[in-house]
Amino acid sequence: MSDFLRDYLTVVWFGLAALVLGSLLLGLAALVRPVKPNASKLIAYESGVDPVGIGWSQSQIRYYVFALLFVIFDVEAVFIFPWAASIERYGTFGLVVMLAFIVLLLDGLLYAWKRGLLRWV
Amino acid sequence: MTGVLAIDPLLFGELKWMPLVIVALKVLVIFVVGLVGTMFMVWFERKVIAGMQNRIGPNKAGPFGILQTLADGVKLFFKEDLLPDRADRFVFRLAPFLAFVPAFLVWAVLPLGGDYRDGNRGLVEWFGHATRVQLADPPVGILLVLALSSIAVYGIMLAGWSSGSKYPLLGAVRATAQMVSYEAALGLSLAAVLLTSGSLSTVGIVGTQDSLSNWNVVATGVVPFVIFVIAATAELNRPPFDLVEAEQELVGGFNTEYSSLRFALFFLAEFMNTITMSGVIVTLFLGGPQPLAIGDWTADIPLVGNGLEGTIWFLLKLLLFLYIYVWFRATLPRLRYDQLMDLGWKVLIPISLGWFLLLAALRLGRDEDWNVWLVAGVSVAGLLVAAVVMFGAMKVSGRNRQQGAVY
Repeated sequence: MSDFLRDYLTVVWFGLAALVLGSLLLGLAALVRPVKPNASKLIAYESGVDPVGIGWSQSQIRYYVFALLFVIFDVEAVFIFPWAASIERYGTFGLVVMLAFIVLLLDGLLYAWKRGLLRWV
Repeated sequence: MTGVLAIDPLLFGELKWMPLVIVALKVLVIFVVGLVGTMFMVWFERKVIAGMQNRIGPNKAGPFGILQTLADGVKLFFKEDLLPDRADRFVFRLAPFLAFVPAFLVWAVLPLGGDYRDGNRGLVEWFGHATRVQLADPPVGILLVLALSSIAVYGIMLAGWSSGSKYPLLGAVRATAQMVSYEAALGLSLAAVLLTSGSLSTVGIVGTQDSLSNWNVVATGVVPFVIFVIAATAELNRPPFDLVEAEQELVGGFNTEYSSLRFALFFLAEFMNTITMSGVIVTLFLGGPQPLAIGDWTADIPLVGNGLEGTIWFLLKLLLFLYIYVWFRATLPRLRYDQLMDLGWKVLIPISLGWFLLLAALRLGRDEDWNVWLVAGVSVAGLLVAAVVMFGAMKVSGRNRQQGAVY
């Protein structure tokens, strides 16, 4: 077992401890709080009036394209981070290749911009 | 064999009891510090913002009202926990954990102290064992922070969706688009830090910042720092980027339908994120537990050993950022949603990318003994051309918009 994995294991233990703490708090609260639900308490909150339609009603979701655009930059980060951390290893060649890569991706962003995807529609 | 299958190091290798006890102790201490720190932060924010608005703020519970958060927490314990009848029951219960656990986990990789003087890489002696004042130091620690902040989006998004109500749903949609957008800027400004540090581990990043001129805020030329702070504020959904829970527009946003302790978990997570994100900024840009050092001179806190001093420096820098976040909230008006998106995609991302390329070129130029001025000149010229093209594009698109064109 390497130290490498041992560090992650500590993180996992820590996460489990946080999970236990959260459940403990909720469990404790469940013991002491009152439970008296009635129909009007349980309807969705809509500023005091009865809710209209269903909660998951369809509405126009703006900016959904950003989820796709985000993938561009997330993938970019995957390649940029290792390169940035060890830049001296790849020298000029690395810089040129990276430049080409980034310009290509920026191209994607500019294209989206030109198509008007970045604005409030 | 053991490397692949062994999940529990207790069963393999020569792990002694004492290191395990130390790790358990660290977990306990960080838990206590995390919770108490969060309570303190809530009080601190209320008190400071009250001062800025000419009010007194909480002053009844305990000295200076410092126990106010505790009183609020106890109150929430005794509140009825409602589960709306239209809610998705499982996801509704799951979401608070998805927000709470990642908020806690970030603590694990933050260097909370340690002795970084004289090339001593953050090691201190505890019970005869050399250790770090930090729970874990995975080699990709800072990626872990990014990953956890992405998971926190799920907590907010699922909370809003599962409520089966309109305001939370709108809050969730806003949260998703906002956090996804600023995550890109966050990552790109982070790349500049990696460039100067050459390491993804938090200890490695702190280790290179051994004097003021080596602090990444100076070494990367302030711009990535500013972008990181702005993007981090947006990631935290704090004012002026708090559109996710804008009271005037969305009641409570994603947590409208939550009550009792489930709400408290969201609340805790939010404030804990503020603290940990400040900690991340301090670690990345301000040298974490490193003492203030200018040239050969190093600031020394009297009467305190070197081991403890790191923690004090870390806390001082942390407090600075907590104050700045409260200051933001008291000063800046909320952005409109399209302004928020424009800022992220049309300003922060291009600038951070351009700055990153400039830094990379300079760094490589230094390594390869190119003419520094030539490299700087060519890079800056390239960036200026790019900026002019961008501004032109913005202008054209603005004009087209006014004329009602499609783009």
